[in-house]
Amino acid sequence: MSIEVRVPTILRPYTSGEKVVSARGTTVAAVVDDLDARYPGIRERLIDDSGLRRFVNVYLNDEDVRFLGGLTTPVADSDSITILPAVAGG
Amino acid sequence: MRYDSLLDAVGGTPLVGLAQLSPTADVRLWAKLEDRNPTGSVKDRPALAMVAEAEKDGRLQPGATLLEPTSGNTGISLAMVARQRGYRLVCVMPENTSTERTQLLQAWGADIIYSPAAGGSNEAVRVAKRIAAENPDWVMLYQYGNQANARAHYETTGPELLADLPTITHFVAGLGTTGTLMGVGRFLREQRPDVQIVAAEPRYGELVYGLRNLDEGFIPELYDESILTTRYSVGPHDAVRRMRDLMEREGIFAGPSTGAILHAALGVARKCVRDGEPADIALIVCDAGWKYLSTGAYDGSVDEAEAALDGQLWA
Repeated sequence: MSIEVRVPTILRPYTSGEKVVSARGTTVAAVVDDLDARYPGIRERLIDDSGLRRFVNVYLNDEDVRFLGGLTTPVADSDSITILPAVAGG
Repeated sequence: MRYDSLLDAVGGTPLVGLAQLSPTADVRLWAKLEDRNPTGSVKDRPALAMVAEAEKDGRLQPGATLLEPTSGNTGISLAMVARQRGYRLVCVMPENTSTERTQLLQAWGADIIYSPAAGGSNEAVRVAKRIAAENPDWVMLYQYGNQANARAHYETTGPELLADLPTITHFVAGLGTTGTLMGVGRFLREQRPDVQIVAAEPRYGELVYGLRNLDEGFIPELYDESILTTRYSVGPHDAVRRMRDLMEREGIFAGPSTGAILHAALGVARKCVRDGEPADIALIVCDAGWKYLSTGAYDGSVDEAEAALDGQLWA
């Protein structure tokens, strides 16, 4: 069971510069916990007491997890997760 | 059709069926051609509405200077409106935008201050706020937080869509300032409580996400998550591929942001077919392809176009 996680530039200091890393877990929260076990400190940058941090967007197979089940969204083998900071458009 | 002036000709755009791209006779796609507005983009609606409201409430006096952070289209629309109404416009625009945007802004008489490419529109917003503080007599309409932006869509785009497509089940648009989705979304939810409002958010190259820290992230003040059903992130490969599908199969010449929207709309359509649900899915064509010819979006293979757009604010 392996999930591909795309890491934004700003968080790559935690992943030794790796753009794409693997993690395990059956929910988004479990994947983040597993990431934190491999790359200590990364969880705190993504999640605070109220859930996903305000300026952090997490996409499961390109869909924003806030509209799925948030951190409890189920994740399946071969899914991909993309983490991005919120930026302006327009 | 006859209008008293160009500004009176904003809106009232055609809604056209996508006969080739619609998956079945029961799951249909409809494109609202916002490139048919006077400056060729959907932004004419909010630009006109924001200026009209600022005039009404006295913020805008004759001869005033407008200041706006913009990745292009809103600036071009404001430049046209400002020219008609006698204002000066200063745009703060990221340097990684297409050449045509600069050319058009200058043709309509706007002044441009470039903001650094890294950080994209976030950086343009920050620079514009600093300049606004240094020039207290300038008027920043601020599309990201100006309710007249969303209201323009609540009062015009939404009602036009419902009148042309009373059976609408889904609305798909791009997420930038969030004005289109908030305005149309609110209107349609009042009229059709079961409607689904779907956002297609462009996923740019890494340069654009080059923030110094996560606290520099940006969410437009207009954004209200509760209006949306869901939100998709669409990268340049899918955006370019769909933009070309739209050209080749339907004859519609659109920009890459529309390709991203079509990609999300086709995903929605596929789910409707799978679930056996009839659907009338309306999507926004934000602008035509003209402004992107120099970027290479229409040249060579999709992979080549994707490479050419890397680091650019293509939506």
